[in-house]
Amino acid sequence: MKRLSLLVVLLSLLTLILSACGGEAQECPECPECPEAGECPECPECPAVAVVAAGGEILAAVKERGKVVCGSRTDLLGFGYLDEDGLNVGFDIDFCRAVATAVLGDPEAVEFVFLTAAERGPALQTGEIDLLSRNVTWTSSRDAQWGNFTVVLFYDGQGMIVRKDSGATTLDDLDGATVCVTTGTTTELNLADNFRGRGLDFSAVTFEDTASVYSAYEDGRCDAATSDKSQLAAIREGLAVPDDHYIMEVTMSKEPLTPAVPQGDDMWFDIVKTVAYTLINAEELGINSGNVDEMMTNDNPAIKRLLGVEGSFGQEDLGLDVDFAANVIRAVGNYGEIYDRYMGPDGDAFELPRGPNKLWTDGGLIYAPPLR
Amino acid sequence: MGSTVETAVRPPSYSGPVEWLRRNLVGTWYDTLLTLLSLWFVFVALRGLFAWAFFSANWEPVTGSLKLFALGQYPQEDMWRPGMIVLTVSFLMGVSWRVWGGTVRTFALALAVALGVVAALPVEMRLPLRLWFVANPALVGLGYLVGWSRVVRSRWVLLGWILSFVATIILLNGFKGVSWLPKVDTAMWGGLLLTFLLALVGIVASFPIGVLLALGRRSSLPVVKVFCVLFIELVRGVPLVTILFMGSIILPLFLPDGVRIDRVLRAMMAMTLFAAAYMAENVRGGLQAIPLGQVEAAKAVGLNGLQTMALIVLPQALRAVIPAIVGQFIALFMDTTLAVIIGLVELLGVGKAILNSKPEWLLLDTEVYVFIAALFWVFTYSMSYASRRLEAALGVGER
Amino acid sequence: MTTGRPSLPALFTRRGVPLWRDVQVLQWAAQIVSAIIVIGFLAFFASNVLRAAQVRGLSLGYDFLDLTAGFDLPEGIEYTPADSFGRAFLVGLVNTAKVAMVGIVLATILGTITALARLSSNWLVSKIASVYIETVRNIPLLVQLFFWYFAIFQQLPSVQDSITWPGPMYLSQRGLYTVAPVTTESFGTWMAFVAAGIVLALALRSMLLRHQMQTGRDTHYGLVALVVLIGMPLAGWFLVGEVPLVTDDPVMGEFNFTGGLRLTPEFAALLTGLVIYTGAFTAEVVRAGIQAVSRGQFDAARAVGLSSSQTLRLVVLPQALRVIIPPLISQYLNLTKNSSLAIAIGYADVFFIGKTIINQAGRAVPVFSMVMAVYLCASLTTSVVMNIYNRRIQLVER
Repeated sequence: MKRLSLLVVLLSLLTLILSACGGEAQECPECPECPEAGECPECPECPAVAVVAAGGEILAAVKERGKVVCGSRTDLLGFGYLDEDGLNVGFDIDFCRAVATAVLGDPEAVEFVFLTAAERGPALQTGEIDLLSRNVTWTSSRDAQWGNFTVVLFYDGQGMIVRKDSGATTLDDLDGATVCVTTGTTTELNLADNFRGRGLDFSAVTFEDTASVYSAYEDGRCDAATSDKSQLAAIREGLAVPDDHYIMEVTMSKEPLTPAVPQGDDMWFDIVKTVAYTLINAEELGINSGNVDEMMTNDNPAIKRLLGVEGSFGQEDLGLDVDFAANVIRAVGNYGEIYDRYMGPDGDAFELPRGPNKLWTDGGLIYAPPLR
Repeated sequence: MGSTVETAVRPPSYSGPVEWLRRNLVGTWYDTLLTLLSLWFVFVALRGLFAWAFFSANWEPVTGSLKLFALGQYPQEDMWRPGMIVLTVSFLMGVSWRVWGGTVRTFALALAVALGVVAALPVEMRLPLRLWFVANPALVGLGYLVGWSRVVRSRWVLLGWILSFVATIILLNGFKGVSWLPKVDTAMWGGLLLTFLLALVGIVASFPIGVLLALGRRSSLPVVKVFCVLFIELVRGVPLVTILFMGSIILPLFLPDGVRIDRVLRAMMAMTLFAAAYMAENVRGGLQAIPLGQVEAAKAVGLNGLQTMALIVLPQALRAVIPAIVGQFIALFMDTTLAVIIGLVELLGVGKAILNSKPEWLLLDTEVYVFIAALFWVFTYSMSYASRRLEAALGVGER
Repeated sequence: MTTGRPSLPALFTRRGVPLWRDVQVLQWAAQIVSAIIVIGFLAFFASNVLRAAQVRGLSLGYDFLDLTAGFDLPEGIEYTPADSFGRAFLVGLVNTAKVAMVGIVLATILGTITALARLSSNWLVSKIASVYIETVRNIPLLVQLFFWYFAIFQQLPSVQDSITWPGPMYLSQRGLYTVAPVTTESFGTWMAFVAAGIVLALALRSMLLRHQMQTGRDTHYGLVALVVLIGMPLAGWFLVGEVPLVTDDPVMGEFNFTGGLRLTPEFAALLTGLVIYTGAFTAEVVRAGIQAVSRGQFDAARAVGLSSSQTLRLVVLPQALRVIIPPLISQYLNLTKNSSLAIAIGYADVFFIGKTIINQAGRAVPVFSMVMAVYLCASLTTSVVMNIYNRRIQLVER
């Protein structure tokens, strides 16, 4: 009897909590509609609460802490992984270091927070991290819910890897196939969209962990595995016989991998964007970590401005040092250097042609507004 | 008559291996069949295991990343800190062996022998590391000698353990801006270090909470009792993963703006709350085992309620539940693996990171997981062995 | 408590005892203080989360449950990516229930066998049982699940080279495919025959049993009931005209088998892991229970002339169960809770799907409350049912 009454108490308490939450929540989604209906008295308050102070708090907090808190990962080859000494390396990691150098002058002044896919959103929303650089695809709903997405640093697209002996070369050949995919990603949704759109039948096998996805594919649990093409390229190298596998020509989705910052701090948003543009502009201007000191004496006014020798492109207004760009390039290199370090011809992780990630001057999509 | 009984020949308890075989393995036809089947099963299993482990497995990800498995990403130049901690533990073990004896002896000897054996391994190892391995057994011995002196009392040793626990946390964490003891972010704590730390902090911090909850559950105050029962049953009713998940994702939403709690600390809090509910039930078992006469006797000599509880009931109850607490620690130690699901780089998380650190290691997951399983087995089996001896020594199981 | 207009000192005393030494007052004060602290904490959390909901655009409602999920799930009841989040959650719920129920039954069987093996007089058998118990209990379940899934179930032959067992059963790393029963139009009519058969069999059995009790003549009540139980559906099968059930054989398509009944390797690995892990704990529970029955009970049962099966059924089991049931309940609950580790090997249980929904819909708090509620309900109902059963057994007091 005691247990039973306990159960009743527990359940009623739970219902109370649930109903309380539910009741509260029903008001909020309605709010944006209110002005149109024009009959809701509480409506004017709703947008008012959503406004947050203009900015500068994150920069101040970072300077006081002496570290940039960067949300990243340890388990994605090329983007965020560990090298032989157990140090954090990768494309995403280097961007964290670039921001740390720009703000604090030290590429080591980063406090890494390793997040699982499910934690990315909440970590941004609660402001636990200053910067999310963890292979995140920019989507409109994430932009609305999580935080602000800065600059696309890596144009990826979802691809599909299959065994050559299956004879499949296009998605339509995969009718009825089993596909391995990581759960909780846009990849999972795109997979369903693509197959549904073509009227194809498929079954998904989903894992939390990327290594599990490819392990299951290699073992034969799935006929195909889908992920960002950059990842598939890496994986193919790791398979027992790379030539037995084929990455389809098809691009199933746009995957703009973009660092994001918490909502509500415009200044910090601008700083992170500026750092990203600096990396891109540096490559465009031919400044790299090797020649940055010689470039100081270059006559090109754009180079002089970027390196803080002459003029300004607004860096002081953002609370950055005049010569922050020179420090950043010295520490991590320009965009191309970062790319090549991990995915170039002699990259540490794997080789992936730059493709759409070439500079716009070379026919790619990487483009930055002028620094002036 | 009595003498005839005395002289009646007892069957000899041991009469040669053949007799033993006959009695234990091939007594009847189905016994024989069972034995043969079992033998075949053992043979196939062992052959498969050996063939795989020595011929087809590629142990490179394991042998190449031992530091990561041990300490995670803890900085190379600060490795002396966890090293110091283990040395302290060795020394305290030695002292406790002399002062407390009994089961502690098993633990101390196991520690000394294990690290001594590693020191003697003919593998490539940097000299300081090998010296460190040698120093541990030496310190156990030194501690034992120190334990001889009359100054060392049981109480001091206990104090030493508590202080070393505090010192461990301070030493690992360091201070911001102190050059010789810089702060090491908790994100860099990993591997076996983090696994042990999570379990230790969980069990130590859950102890006082668990005792309070157990007392609260037996309390005559209805409000207090309901809260305690609710907490205990709610926590025990859900899996640990959900509590860890709550700590990692939901808790930050429940805190005011600008208040951040470190991720590892959040995981520790979740482990503590989880362990506290189970601890409370263990302690309650101990409390129930105290005969009412003890309380009545205490009242009779004029102790008040608080004194009765603190001086008479609790000491006996806690003594009775020591084995249960050790058992809980072992379970918690294994449960730390679940922290990988919330992204901590404990032993299993290190394994995952290592698999993803080189393309050619991506598919060597069996090797890595088997290594981790073996590591856990060695630790938990030796701990549960020691806890069984502890149980026998305390005579708890014999009620 | 005080009445009238008390003087100031009287306000602080009751029955001549000052308030701060009055046990009853102190008890009430302690309760009120603890209530304020607990409720204060909850209110603090609630206000924070509500504020966060407004400031950070965090949604707390359950309305998203009607939205289209958009992701596929590997297994479970009827579901497509076009279904809603709510439906996806339901799939997870059913999957958790499925693995927990099957797991509990199998773990009990395995545990009992192992306990008997452990108590066996055959040295090798008892050693193997204890090695199994000691190995399994000392390795984290999560690591074991990885092992079962990747090292065992993924190493089965590929789907193209499936092992074909006698009959339409195909075993491969995609799982076990076998025939599925499919109902036709006449199925309902046939079910009526089956139901009538059951009712008739029960009625006949009790009637004949009563007759036997009264007259002492053997009426073969069991046999008669069995004949009716089988005969009625059999007769119905031919009487309804069209065959009520047809089989759906799995057919190898280009990539996979289609049709048929399927047991996925994820389910199998989770089930194996849970059963083997929980079985080791159950074995120890059962062993302790059997050993708790004293030797004298066996001898006494033998002495009053009970056969060995009667001894086990009427004497040993009732006593052993009394010791076994309570710890067994907690093992069953552990198994149910441990099934949440399915997330590591891709079995779509309620925690796995809950986490996916949090990712895709971004509603951490509501989804999480639902997941917690599921486990709480499961745990509490299991323990309530088991406690009722336990109490029934405990009534057999000596």
